[in-house]
Amino acid sequence: MLIRKPNDIPSSEITPEGVYLDRRRFLKRAAAGAILAASPGFLAAGCEAPGQGGTTPPPDADGLAFRMGEELRDELTPYEDVTGYNNFYEFGRDKGDPARNSGNFQIRPWTVEIGGLCHNPGVLDLDEFLRPHELEDRIYRFRCVEAWSMVIPWRGFPLARLVERADPLGSARYIAFTTVYRPEEMPGQRQPILDWPYREGLRLDEAMHPLSLMTTGVYGRDLPAQNGAPLRLMVPWKYGFKNIKSIVKIEFTEEMPVSTWAHDKPHEYGFYANVNPEVDHPRWSQARERRIGEIRRRPTLMFNGYADQVASLYSGMDLTRYY
Amino acid sequence: METTRKVAGPTPPSRDPAGAPGARQRTARRVRIGAWTLGLLPLALLLWETATQGLGSNPIEKVLHHTGWWGLFVLVLSLAVTPLRRWTGVNALIQARRTLGLFAFFYIALHVVTYVGLDQFFAWGYILEDVLERPFITVGMLSFLLLLPLAITSTRGWIRRLGRNWTRLHRLVYPAAILGVIHYIWGVKTEALAPFLFAAVVALLLGTRLYFAFRKPPRPSP
Repeated sequence: MLIRKPNDIPSSEITPEGVYLDRRRFLKRAAAGAILAASPGFLAAGCEAPGQGGTTPPPDADGLAFRMGEELRDELTPYEDVTGYNNFYEFGRDKGDPARNSGNFQIRPWTVEIGGLCHNPGVLDLDEFLRPHELEDRIYRFRCVEAWSMVIPWRGFPLARLVERADPLGSARYIAFTTVYRPEEMPGQRQPILDWPYREGLRLDEAMHPLSLMTTGVYGRDLPAQNGAPLRLMVPWKYGFKNIKSIVKIEFTEEMPVSTWAHDKPHEYGFYANVNPEVDHPRWSQARERRIGEIRRRPTLMFNGYADQVASLYSGMDLTRYY
Repeated sequence: METTRKVAGPTPPSRDPAGAPGARQRTARRVRIGAWTLGLLPLALLLWETATQGLGSNPIEKVLHHTGWWGLFVLVLSLAVTPLRRWTGVNALIQARRTLGLFAFFYIALHVVTYVGLDQFFAWGYILEDVLERPFITVGMLSFLLLLPLAITSTRGWIRRLGRNWTRLHRLVYPAAILGVIHYIWGVKTEALAPFLFAAVVALLLGTRLYFAFRKPPRPSP
């Protein structure tokens, strides 16, 4: 097993010493990114460069503090790709459907229900839910189970803070999440694509890990609907589908909660869904991935490059069985 | 073109409404133009989309899916020619068969080239692993390999040289289409409707052939 494999990506890249970017430096990078995106020639020439055209303006870098490592910051996936190439089947199967079909989605008012085995259950308005938490920006690698990847600056707060606030009972071993069910606003939910509403879950120790992020924003602004507004999960060492979007319910349970994809196709998707180049999807290899904006595939890293931080969570587990 | 007609299997008695020589030529030309238009449509769509909105965030995936989908679509169109000819009695439709078949091969070959050259970037080890270990890629590649000799022997010279065997050889298009549909069904992430529509249409088109093959032989000609 590769769990203990030393890693050439320094842990300092996660949220290290502060590097505050002023607007000029940010824009310079954005421009460099545009040139990079256009360089693979004819195939990528159609991609919209950040800041040119499109219906959504690029994020305003004013006051945006990126406190991240050098390596990842240089290869941020452009905002247009992060918000235009999405798997969010509630809005349709095509990667462009979430951006296209989410125009009617009502982000406010929004309530989040906290329940199950905890001392502080309740139904909270989103503002109330967020009030005690200090938001921070973090750049994470994002690896989809379909073997493509991005590098994305999220904004949010550690899930651990929420768990502490809810104060789970001693018997709680898992945390379960549920996506909003609104077929009238989410056309994909009118079709039996998956067993709606979408559900996901984590082991409580995974939820307590400092990398697990309750996410409210991307690129320094609120999440757009297609990225899972107003509240989503971001667990960067797991495949993208674990990162449930538009959360309305959080429960603490004793039993392992349902993971929608694992429930739909247990032979292809598991509850853990840890990024693992050694364990292939039955229909494709997970050894490599295509970073959006690049032509050639790059090797996929164990636990998506976060092995130093998270491998110990799974020591002794057979990861070919618990995929 | 007369050659194609002769080897294309038993020709039903002509109920061709365009009986007069001039009219027949006009029908033939219309069929030819129609086949080329249909055959070029997917390429035009791809170029139009590229020019107007670009190929999106994952251009390789886009080209891969576009060429694969339309390759199968045009292949099914080519399979529809013979039943349509029987049904309508318009023999000139046979003109469309080779054109559509070759266009189907063109898009499917582009699909394979995109997979090998762009998606996998000639990583032969991974490609071999895919082809051997992943059933949906195995059947897809098999389908392509079955179509390869058909494309090569589509010239008049080969039709003449192979004689009756040409017809036999070109029955490989049936398993190729079936494997192509299986490739599509197994390739999608969740059950979608489109692959099963393809399956239904292919079943229908092959079913009509079975019907014609097994029904009572036509009365012996005097």
